[in-house]
Amino acid sequence: MSDDDPESLPPSPTRRKFLLTSGSSVAASLVAAYVPASARNAAGGTDSAPISAGPSIEGVVPITLRINGKDHQLKIDPRTTLLDCIRETVALTGTKKGCDHGQCGACTVHVNGRRVLSCLNLALMHDGDEITTVEGLGTPDAMHPMQASFLACDAYQCGYCTSGQIMSAVALLKEPCGPEDTSVKELMSGNICRCGAYANIVEAIQQVRKKA
Amino acid sequence: MHIFEFIRPRDPAAAIAAAAQSKTAQQGADVRFMGGGTTLIDLMKLNVEAPDRVLDINRLPLDKIEATPDGGLKIGATVRNSDLAHHPKVQKDYLVLSQAILNGASAQIRNMATVSGNLLQRTRCVYFRDTAMSCNKREPGSGCPAITGHNRTLAILGTSEHCIATNPSDMCVAMAALEATIHVQGPKGSRAIPFSEFHLLPGNTPHRETILEPGDLITHLTLPPPISGSKQLYLKLRDRASYEFALASAAVVLTIAGGNITRARVALGGVGTKPWRSPDAERALTGKTANDATFRQAAEAALREARPQSENGFKIELAKRCLAYALRTAATS
Repeated sequence: MSDDDPESLPPSPTRRKFLLTSGSSVAASLVAAYVPASARNAAGGTDSAPISAGPSIEGVVPITLRINGKDHQLKIDPRTTLLDCIRETVALTGTKKGCDHGQCGACTVHVNGRRVLSCLNLALMHDGDEITTVEGLGTPDAMHPMQASFLACDAYQCGYCTSGQIMSAVALLKEPCGPEDTSVKELMSGNICRCGAYANIVEAIQQVRKKA
Repeated sequence: MHIFEFIRPRDPAAAIAAAAQSKTAQQGADVRFMGGGTTLIDLMKLNVEAPDRVLDINRLPLDKIEATPDGGLKIGATVRNSDLAHHPKVQKDYLVLSQAILNGASAQIRNMATVSGNLLQRTRCVYFRDTAMSCNKREPGSGCPAITGHNRTLAILGTSEHCIATNPSDMCVAMAALEATIHVQGPKGSRAIPFSEFHLLPGNTPHRETILEPGDLITHLTLPPPISGSKQLYLKLRDRASYEFALASAAVVLTIAGGNITRARVALGGVGTKPWRSPDAERALTGKTANDATFRQAAEAALREARPQSENGFKIELAKRCLAYALRTAATS
């Protein structure tokens, strides 16, 4: 891959397309190059069902992840978080990495319909689970009502936390939550917005709840 | 992150057998059970924990909340914090537990975190979490820089000259006040552990936080039958209104008859090296008139042994006011 050579890129690549292309090639080369010296077969001699089953690259484990209704057959390092797997292996970059330690909420996705932090989960914990990312909510032409409401209310500034905010907000619609703004603020406290767009985020959520 | 084997035991017996091979069940264990991952993955990323084997217990059949024959509640080890907090029986009979859980972490983390994992939640002491620093809990004998360093959020009760790390759990404070029992299966069989005996004081072995031994798997907790007519409250004081650890918190369960307190259970959070049940406060309340003077006396009793560090002396008065306010609010509810 000649990412260093701008001549080899397609004409006028969008920033997102460029990042997607280079991101997935970096991920692929990392997986191919990674042969951990200390890796051992997970069968390990215990009376347990091993997750690894003779991977072709030592230490890399096969898994099927179901994301936005589509099965992905992957081979991953056991250490791969659900977040890194979604972004780097499957190349769905709508889910964002903020703090990577469960303190910001930017990486929020749904697992079996519930919101979780993808940075504090291993991808291997989720084979067979139904994972939904922001790409699975709607499209630019057919937005989820929450996406449309964030747009209408200008519920972001830089936009980096927005996909996590929207994933949290959509999950909140199905959770016990009082009608008032303070309840929404409490249940959205796990999503930090560095720009401070909170007032409009609460408004966007309340508009969807009032229509529901 | 250190490389590890990821294993999904097919049943609790397999999980116990695999975990029994660990040299320790305490800090630095080479085999770890993985629940929600909200503590363990965080610490593995920081290289504070570096297990060689991770045992995924999330699909073991330990995820039920059921009534017990005596009218209490059985809570499976992998029940999610959010499911426990919103369970109708918890909201009706063990309100203090629901309040404590919902005052902790964020909605996402409560969806992930398990009840047994919450029992084993690790301190947020910045020296423990930073492998560039010394820490007696992480590396026994290396020293405790917190005692002369940043200790504003650290403990004032149950500390030793070796460790002043705060237990950060909210859920555990309510569990202490409700006198939960922790049920463990290990290589030698099953045992039931009273909540107050589960966590250890740091003493001169701060790396030992619980009585768990290699292979011990928490299978469930039980709560005793609810106390009819009891008044319950969890009050949490912190630097921001949500998504923050407690500077001081109080879980209270009171029974009041004719203006007199006939039964009291009190536990404090954010101030102790373990979830801090206060028998002294309970004695100061039991048999007394439910009024502000009694509540203040209980608060004084609860903090009598408090030892402030250089930055956290404010916690003594904060915890007293927290407890007195919680008692008054519960009593008048």
